[in-house]
Amino acid sequence: MEKFEVIVVGAGLAGLSAAYVLAQEGVEVVVIERGDYPGAKNMTGGRLYNQPLQNFLPELWKEAPFERAVTNEIVTLLSPDKSLTLRLRSNEFARPPAHSYTVLRGTLDRWLAKKAEEKGTMLVAKNRVDDLLKRDGKVVGVLAGGEELGADVVIACDGALSLLAEKAGLKSPGTSQDYAVGFKEVIELPSQTIENRFALKPGEGAAQLFLGDLTKGRFGGGFLYTNRSSLSLGLVIRIKDLAEANPLKEAPQFLDEFKERPEIAPLMAGGEMVEYSAHVISEAGFAGLIQPFADGFLVAGDAAGFSLNAGLTVRGMEFAIASGILAAQAVKQAREKKDFSATSLAVYQSMLEDSFVLKDLKTFQHAHAFLDNPRLFQHYPQMAGDLLQSLFTIGPDPKQRFSTTIREKVGWTETWAILKDLRKGLKI
Amino acid sequence: MSPTPNMKTKLGKNVFKPGKEKHISIRPGFEKDPRLKAAIYACPAGLYSEKSNGEVELDIDGCLECGTCRIACGTEVLDWSYPVGGIGVQFRFG
Repeated sequence: MEKFEVIVVGAGLAGLSAAYVLAQEGVEVVVIERGDYPGAKNMTGGRLYNQPLQNFLPELWKEAPFERAVTNEIVTLLSPDKSLTLRLRSNEFARPPAHSYTVLRGTLDRWLAKKAEEKGTMLVAKNRVDDLLKRDGKVVGVLAGGEELGADVVIACDGALSLLAEKAGLKSPGTSQDYAVGFKEVIELPSQTIENRFALKPGEGAAQLFLGDLTKGRFGGGFLYTNRSSLSLGLVIRIKDLAEANPLKEAPQFLDEFKERPEIAPLMAGGEMVEYSAHVISEAGFAGLIQPFADGFLVAGDAAGFSLNAGLTVRGMEFAIASGILAAQAVKQAREKKDFSATSLAVYQSMLEDSFVLKDLKTFQHAHAFLDNPRLFQHYPQMAGDLLQSLFTIGPDPKQRFSTTIREKVGWTETWAILKDLRKGLKI
Repeated sequence: MSPTPNMKTKLGKNVFKPGKEKHISIRPGFEKDPRLKAAIYACPAGLYSEKSNGEVELDIDGCLECGTCRIACGTEVLDWSYPVGGIGVQFRFG
């Protein structure tokens, strides 16, 4: 049996970051990827927040092929016949290194793989890992493409489903309550058209989130990210809600209807749809975390449940990078002790706890309870639009005072309900 | 009838390498299991549909390998794995 020091499963951001650091330290590391090339099975909304990475290979990310620096944060509330948009443009977000960048994984993952290979990582693509090899309950390697490959440590970076964490006994199959599916189209447009349509300076970008009628009360929302010369337009909807919420409607229809909205269609006009992709995402946050280590085994990135939806921000990629790097550092320590047992690898857990990964997940552990409220996805967006419309409207009859209009639109029962929802929101 | 012509066009934009084996299949005897209905609504590629006899069928061509059906229906009714290496959808943009 061929043996390596470390086998990383999955050439995504977690796996490649882990491999980069390990190879840099002179550790013999192989990354096994089932796609034709790194990124072939990966997708994001998406956007990567840059600043959490200032302690995680900051020099490397300066060269990364990101799409656009997000300088405009836009939130749009949709009701069936109207929408209300809030747009924040900030110079602070633009100051290099920018606050966050839009990202396409096809470009980013291939670039990072090349960087990891330059450090000495061995990359094996077009190869699926089928199982873990275990001896006396310890992980001692993987079975890939019918071949047994040994390793001191296997790092599972195999994405949100993580069949390997299941096989290691650390994870049970996800439930439709805890997972959402994100699906998006990439639509090509000339960069100048994008900058004109979104009122952006060259190289700068916008990130737009949509809440309301587009999911018909289902937990989820829409997103629109400006890339260099394409737009990423998509939806994220909780799987349970897609499967059960009445009236039932097939997932693709939500995106088709979203695209036809007057807020969206003109932005896409003349663009060419070049790819349609989808992936599941853990929405459980802190409550959905697993023990990310076992004998001879570590789990990083989405595979470990490191994703966080805090409403205004949706994060995963910087958690993947940081956890991959921490997993590599944990392996390095274990290697010095020549002890790859769970007890020795448990240092990974403490490293995660000391980093923004588990700190942020913990801080926002109540976000899910607040967001899990149908009123947020239908009632509030509708109410906000209606109220604003009434205040703006000059009709045939003499206009009432603003305060009267507000009192009419938001009665006592409504005020009480808002206060109750706000109380939950204050825990975030 | 799945997927719709519109969806077929959409999926046709993806780079897709067909394989010999189906990586996801409905377990024999479970075709009418109510748990499969979830996939009809949740699959973002619209690959699941219900036949007139109440059986759910899966047209695996174009599968995005997103994992939604595994979570929505469970592995008691679906025999679920990823395609073997170098097969299936190959995202260029992601």
